Formats: sequence, C-alpha cells, structure tokens
Amino acid sequence: MSSVQGPVGILALQGDFALHAQLLSDSDVETVEVRGAEDLTGVSGLLLPGGESTTIAMGIDRENLKDPIRNLAKAGLPVFGTCAGMVLMSSAHLGLIDMEVERNAFGRQIHSFEADLKIDGLDGPPVRGLFIRAPVVTFVGDAVRVFAEIDGSTVGVKQDNCTAISFHPELVGDARLHLLALGLKQWPELPASS
Amino acid sequence: MMAMHDESTFRVKVGLAEMLSGGVIMDVIDAEQAKIAEDAGACAVMALERVPSDIRRDGGVARMSDPLMIREIQATVSIPVMAKARIGHFAEAQILESLEVDFIDESEVLTPADEAHHIDKWAFKSPFVCGATNLGEALRRIGEGASMIRSKGEAGTGDIVEAVRHLRTIFGEIRRLGTLDEMELALAAKNLQAPADLVRQVAKDGRLPVPLFCAGGIATPADASLVMQLGAQAVFVGSGIFKSADPAPRAKAIVEATTNFRDAAKVCAASEGLGAAMSSIETSKLPEGELLSQRGW
Repeated sequence: MSSVQGPVGILALQGDFALHAQLLSDSDVETVEVRGAEDLTGVSGLLLPGGESTTIAMGIDRENLKDPIRNLAKAGLPVFGTCAGMVLMSSAHLGLIDMEVERNAFGRQIHSFEADLKIDGLDGPPVRGLFIRAPVVTFVGDAVRVFAEIDGSTVGVKQDNCTAISFHPELVGDARLHLLALGLKQWPELPASS
Repeated sequence: MMAMHDESTFRVKVGLAEMLSGGVIMDVIDAEQAKIAEDAGACAVMALERVPSDIRRDGGVARMSDPLMIREIQATVSIPVMAKARIGHFAEAQILESLEVDFIDESEVLTPADEAHHIDKWAFKSPFVCGATNLGEALRRIGEGASMIRSKGEAGTGDIVEAVRHLRTIFGEIRRLGTLDEMELALAAKNLQAPADLVRQVAKDGRLPVPLFCAGGIATPADASLVMQLGAQAVFVGSGIFKSADPAPRAKAIVEATTNFRDAAKVCAASEGLGAAMSSIETSKLPEGELLSQRGW
C-alpha cells in the first residue's frame, strides 16, 4: 500500500519503535521516526509505541511535543498508542482519549503473559495479545468505544481518530490493528457500546 | 470464563527487553538513588549493593544484594527493577525471582559461583540478561535461555574501550556469518562453540534473536551516543552516574543523548556543564586478574 498522504510518524524517544517501523514497512507503509516537533511535518498518522511511559512522558515534555501532538490529534490525525502509548493517550497525560488507565495492572514482569483476543469487528484469527507489564483501562467516557477485553478488563479502546491498546501486535508480526488504527484501512462497524 | 494465559513465554520475556530499547538502565544502591534515576528518565534500574567501581576498589566476594534493599527500591519506583545474581548461582536467581524482579542479570561484576556452568535460564519465569564479549558467548547465553545480551565492557572503569571492542566484535561476527554457506556455517558454529540452530538463525536474520544492549564503561553522554551509533539498542550505566560529581543532571544528560544519539548538536547541548565524570581507570593498565570481562565461559 503506498501512502498517498505521507509517512506514519513513530514516536522514537524510547521503546520498541523500531519494531513498529519494521511491521509497517513489511506492510509497505512508509514511516518516519519522531524525536522532535519538526519530524511531525507531513505525517499521515502517529504511533506511540510501548516502552516506559514515565521515560517517554519526560521526553515529550523535554522535546516540547505535547502541544503539537494534541493539535494534530484535534485536527483529526489518526493516533495509535500501544501499552505505554495507551498510558500517554489517557486523560492524565496527553488527554487524547477520555479514559483513565492503571499502569502495570497485571503486576510485575513475572506475571506478563500472552493470550488470544477476540477483537470486535476484526476478521480472521484472534489477535495473539502479548501483555508485558501492561496497563488496563479503568474508566472510559461516553464517547469512547471498547473493542477488546480480557477477563473483564478493557484493553482496546477507540475515540474518533484515536485508538489505544494494552498489548503488542508488533511482537507477533500482526499488522491488522495498525492498519485500522492509523487510517490505512476502514474500521468495520463497531457495535455501539452499551 | 477466564482467557487462557501463557505466562512468561520466551517472546514475552524478549518483549520486555524490546520495550527497554532506546533507554538507559541505571545502577542504584538504594531507594533514594532509584528515585533520582527514575526522575531523570531511566527506563529501568539495576539494584545492587555496591556499584562496580566500589567492588573493584574494595575487593572481596561480591554477592547478590540484600532482598530488603531490593524491596525498598521496588516500592519506590514504577519502572522495571533488575538485580544481579552471581554467574552460576541459581539459588540467588531463585531468590530474585521470588522477589519478582523484572530482569535478572547473571553478572560477571559479581564474583562467579561456578567455574564451568552458567544458570539454566529456561528454568525460570523471570527473564535474564547476560554479558558477552563476542558472538559465541552471546549465543551460548541465549541457548541457555537469556532474553537480552549486553556487552560486558569493563565495568567500573569509566573506560569505554572494552564495550566498543565487544560491540564491534559481535556485530562484525554477525556480518561475517551472513556471507557463509551451509557447510561453512556448520564450521562457524563449531568455532564459535555456539548452538548450530542459533548460528543459522543469526546468519539469516543478520541480528541476534534477542536485543543487544551496551554495558561497561559508559561515563558521558558522548559515550552513550557512540555505542548507540555502533548499534547498541540501549545502554546500561553503572558507576558512571552515581560516582560522578553531580548525578542527577548527568543522568538526565545521558538519557537525552541516548534518545538523540545521532543528533550531535543535541548530544553537545546535553554534555555542557556536567561537572567531573567518575574517577576512571585506563583498562589497559589493569592486571589481567582484575579484568571482570574475562569472567564467564
């Protein structure tokens, strides 16, 4: 798929940004590493990778990226956060999705795990979700749709152009959610959240 | 109904190593230092009783840290907490696992407990990082279950030369494997004393099957930039921060240089006015018996 609008920006302050770039590149999607506001020029979407949310949040402040990211999201740019990226999109940080999250909700690394996930509206086999010191969503506002849960915990949410998940499709080479969340494929109709 | 959970699979362990990419893991000896490290932007801390330069100075047997100190650090920071076990000392590793440290470093910085065997890391749910000086050593550790490799460097010296040698050796050997045919790979596996399947995989992928970080001798933002440009995925800083004149700004500066390692102007800005680096030792002046990088087999 050739990106007509420009490359997908991948926040590259800390975390597994290189694996996301590889995954998208394998799907013929052009990417650019974002380390400063100047790197955001002309991007067609923005990915916030997994990593340590405290470290990445400090980097966002240091590199003055907060307002540029908020403004782009407000203007409708698709933004996709995974794991630490989900934490950063929550109300306590960038506030791109009306939600609260609990960090390391499953505990320390020894309790990290993988499991099959049914994603509402996604065709094909289940997504193999790797949960690594993963967060979960503990509260969502009315405008937020939940599309993935595990054992009653919310692990995938979408509000307009912003999408966040707790797990790591990039670690298993599954680009399906990436393409949807970054606006490169049409989301199937999500069932209305009750 | 609860979903089927597969805990601590190899890719879940390697996954945490991947999440630490582009970051700085800092040695700390108490909760106060751990807090300073976290506030400076460390992506993880390594809890240990004495930093390598003090171990080097004091001599004696260096062991796993007091579990109470590790617990205090775990209670203080939200970032991953790592801790060191002696080479081959699986009982120390079992204790660290029961403490739920996020990564166990089977480390040559501590005094080895076994002269022939490394820990069977497959037997653990906790992920392990091990040091290596060359590709064969790295692949032996991965064959034993390590989910992250770091260069050994020469810990506690503040001298980057050994880490550079180890990174260049490992990357050079990986590139060389890519030029070999199947029969030559069998010989290479024999010469590297490494598992043949891992040798084939590295030849095919052009990289280790787990992340490769740099450790041993990083003292400045420029050191971090150097090893990242050489291909390290992240850096460990041991004595370099808390043995310097002013730890908090230096810690921040090394984090900034690790993120922006290719941007010389930003590494330059980060390097300004940091005060004195740690008191350092030129590795080539050390007698052979004092080299920590030669521990491990």
